[in-house]
Amino acid sequence: MAKVTIDGESIEVPDGTTILQAARMIGGDNVPPAMCYHSKLKTSGGYCRTCIVKVSKGSDKDPRPMPKLVPSCRTTVMDGMEVQNNTSPEVLEARRGVVEFLLINHPLDCPVCDQAGECHLQDLGYENGAAKTRYDFPRRKFNMIDIGPNIKMHMTRCIMCFRCVKTADQITDNRVHGMLFRGDASEISTYIEKAIVNDFSGNMIDVCPVGALTDKTFRFKSRVWFTKPMDAHRDCKKCSGKVALWEKGNEVLRVTSRKDKWGESEEWICNECRFDKKDIKDWVIEGPRHIDRHSVISLNHYENVVAKLKIDIAKQQKQIVDKK
Amino acid sequence: MGKKILLEHINVPGIKSLDVYRQNGGYASVEKALKTMAPDVIVEEVKKSGLRGRGGAGFPTGMKWSFLAKPEGVERYLVVNADESEPGTFKDRYLMEKIPHILIEGMITSSFALGAKTSCIYIRGEYFYVSRILEAAIEEAYAAGLLGKNILGTNFSHDIFVQVGAGAYICGEETALLESLEGKRGNPRIKPPFPAVAGLYGCPTVVNNVETIASVPYIVMNGGDDYAKIGIGRSTGTKLISASGHINKPGVYEIEMGITVEDFIYSEEYCGGILNGKKLKAVVAGGSSVPILPADLILKTEKGEPRLMSYESLSDGGFATGTMLGSGGFMVYDETTSIVKNLYTFARFYHHESCGQCSPCREGTGWMEKILHRIVEGHGKHGDTDLLWDIQRKIEGNTICPLGDAAAWPVASAIRHFRAEFEEYINHPERIKEFKHLQELVS
Amino acid sequence: MSKEIKFNEETIALVNKIIKRYPEGKQKSALLPVLHIAQAEFDGWLSPETMEYVASLLRIKPVEVFEVASFYSMYNLKPVGKCILEVCRTSSCWSRGSEDIIKHLEKKLGIKVGETSKDGMFTIKSVECLGSCGGAPMLQCGASFHENLTLEKVDNIVENYRVEGKRKSYTDQDFKNTL
Repeated sequence: MAKVTIDGESIEVPDGTTILQAARMIGGDNVPPAMCYHSKLKTSGGYCRTCIVKVSKGSDKDPRPMPKLVPSCRTTVMDGMEVQNNTSPEVLEARRGVVEFLLINHPLDCPVCDQAGECHLQDLGYENGAAKTRYDFPRRKFNMIDIGPNIKMHMTRCIMCFRCVKTADQITDNRVHGMLFRGDASEISTYIEKAIVNDFSGNMIDVCPVGALTDKTFRFKSRVWFTKPMDAHRDCKKCSGKVALWEKGNEVLRVTSRKDKWGESEEWICNECRFDKKDIKDWVIEGPRHIDRHSVISLNHYENVVAKLKIDIAKQQKQIVDKK
Repeated sequence: MGKKILLEHINVPGIKSLDVYRQNGGYASVEKALKTMAPDVIVEEVKKSGLRGRGGAGFPTGMKWSFLAKPEGVERYLVVNADESEPGTFKDRYLMEKIPHILIEGMITSSFALGAKTSCIYIRGEYFYVSRILEAAIEEAYAAGLLGKNILGTNFSHDIFVQVGAGAYICGEETALLESLEGKRGNPRIKPPFPAVAGLYGCPTVVNNVETIASVPYIVMNGGDDYAKIGIGRSTGTKLISASGHINKPGVYEIEMGITVEDFIYSEEYCGGILNGKKLKAVVAGGSSVPILPADLILKTEKGEPRLMSYESLSDGGFATGTMLGSGGFMVYDETTSIVKNLYTFARFYHHESCGQCSPCREGTGWMEKILHRIVEGHGKHGDTDLLWDIQRKIEGNTICPLGDAAAWPVASAIRHFRAEFEEYINHPERIKEFKHLQELVS
Repeated sequence: MSKEIKFNEETIALVNKIIKRYPEGKQKSALLPVLHIAQAEFDGWLSPETMEYVASLLRIKPVEVFEVASFYSMYNLKPVGKCILEVCRTSSCWSRGSEDIIKHLEKKLGIKVGETSKDGMFTIKSVECLGSCGGAPMLQCGASFHENLTLEKVDNIVENYRVEGKRKSYTDQDFKNTL
């Protein structure tokens, strides 16, 4: 076991735990944001640099601070380690830089993007971004491509997290897409037009933190915050059959894996459950799904948020009164 | 003439061939090491020698070697980094082309010290013809019993092969090099683990620069203490310097560390002064990644002491007034050079070579190039200099591998020392063709 | 015009020799050298068919080849001229006049950087540092380095290649370096 302190809060965690995992165990506001890390994917993380933190004390044994900011998702804790996330101005400044880098070539087409409302980049930008961009050059553009009958690839929106590539590598038996070219010309593609035919390929949509991979059976059907998520299951030979249904009225608009509070799939689901079972009668409904992610998506469903909003309004009214 | 270790026999006719190389004392270190020394003793001698990695980082070689994990029954590898791609650097090509056996000899001796059964030279693809020269030398060594089974009748067996790259600066970063050697994209790995624990095929691996390994035979023959006496302070031994730019005698020079920069630039033994009798404006002393320094700061430190060709002296003053020895890629610019345009060629280079894995480098290098491009084209905007400064600051230290830093430092140093020139470009785009007046702007 | 994408026996033997350098099961390590060979054999570029062939030879997925081939700057993913004139443009070559060399070539051949002459003989490419700064300005064609270029020297080089009329590859054995 190792004791680690993050922004002043301590926790004992098993050896081998990363700083990010430890921060998530502590919970609260000091959990670093992460875009390319995914708890169910091996070797994920380390690329986007949004989760960087400052290690102000290496360990009890070797208390020297680490010379550079480190990606919390790929750095394991040491006994006695002290970490600064929100308490370090240096970290916040560097993170603002990362967010700016991620956004300079992003089309900011949220109004027409299906991911809006459950987009990690939106949340990240909202919490750590600047209101105005300093980038005044044309943004990178790619053509949209179909990868397989049910998945739309919108490379322009991609932030190069590699989670879809790792998903294809780790849960399907034949990866046909990957990272091509290099530098800022890199793209996720199949190179020559190739359909991704695989029972589990749809999970790539779920792991995509932005709107680069979207479900063609759901495209432009509804904004996600107008749909109601329900936990449901069915007897499936290929996967556990445990899914989240996104309904509007009595219509199932889309099926996804169940995601944890960090927006990461709890279990992989098969394409049959995802794309072919859109009839409410296909499913045993368990009840409303509690969306724990702090994002627009939770607004419509979520008693706590409404309660919080009420308090906020009361607070603001009081402030106005006090000011006067 | 200073002491020569690597280039001592460079002008001997036929030194490329094994016979002539041996007649000049070549392969004696293999004989001595394999027959009379224990591997650990060699590692100790290399530690004592103070030899530091010649690829650019300057990490003590003996210490790197002692970090190598040695689990039972697991292969260990020595990989020679011949992916020489740092702009301004061409010493390894010269060495491998002119005297290939010195590298092969160093590899056999070093592999014996490390317990590696196989070693490899990873050479940049553009040096294809050099790979032919190395392969011919390796073949000669096999035929002479210096490679293969039971070398010189001892129990030590060793194989060497040459692997060519295919055009990617990033493969000079040791973990990107290993990825490339495994037949993948040259994407640097996230560390830890370091190659000493999990390198090639997940096995413990030492990656060393060509010049580093070529220095080992001398250390084995003469002892680490002898090597440590050459040079100055912690900059022991000799260093190959690739000299280029506006000088009379571009080329590769072996210097004993500690000579003055002034002597190196102006003496007939080395660069022979500035081309066409012009004045010196600036120098990039250690390959494109290191900070550029204006003439006064490269010749003398901030304290007014003569700047020496050594790790310590070149970095005296930190980044505020100093630079780094780096790979020894010494690029000289005369008074007519546009520092901004030169920086643009560097920025274009790093943008071209960024692998694209991590966001600050992927996005930041391209952004900096675009801004510099508009500045040199006469379309710079007010505030561009500050914007460049801020972008480089947000790349530095925040990337997976040192390419981000390498892209940031030239930008930072050019702005630090030549800010007025940037402003001149932005405020007076009509004058950008006349570089001569820029010399008075050195701040 | 298009020949069958398949190595002859001699080349297969060479590929197998390369694969033998690596431990059992690590034949993917041969990908870079084998792509060089394939590019030299099949008209100087890597077509999707060529890459799929290399994948089958090394028993790896085609996408693994696409990923690698598109990463490295020496692989051509589009048809190119017989002689690719790769002019270095980074710092030392720039400061010693590489821009003039490129302009001269563009004028002489009537094409821009990145383009191929109509007769299919030449492609001009501007490249980043080739480790030849001491011989700046320089250009590479196939395995040959041409250093200390002047405009006259460039004219001679182009004429010689034109007369020779042969495709130049990095893997050429008969390179001549003018060092």
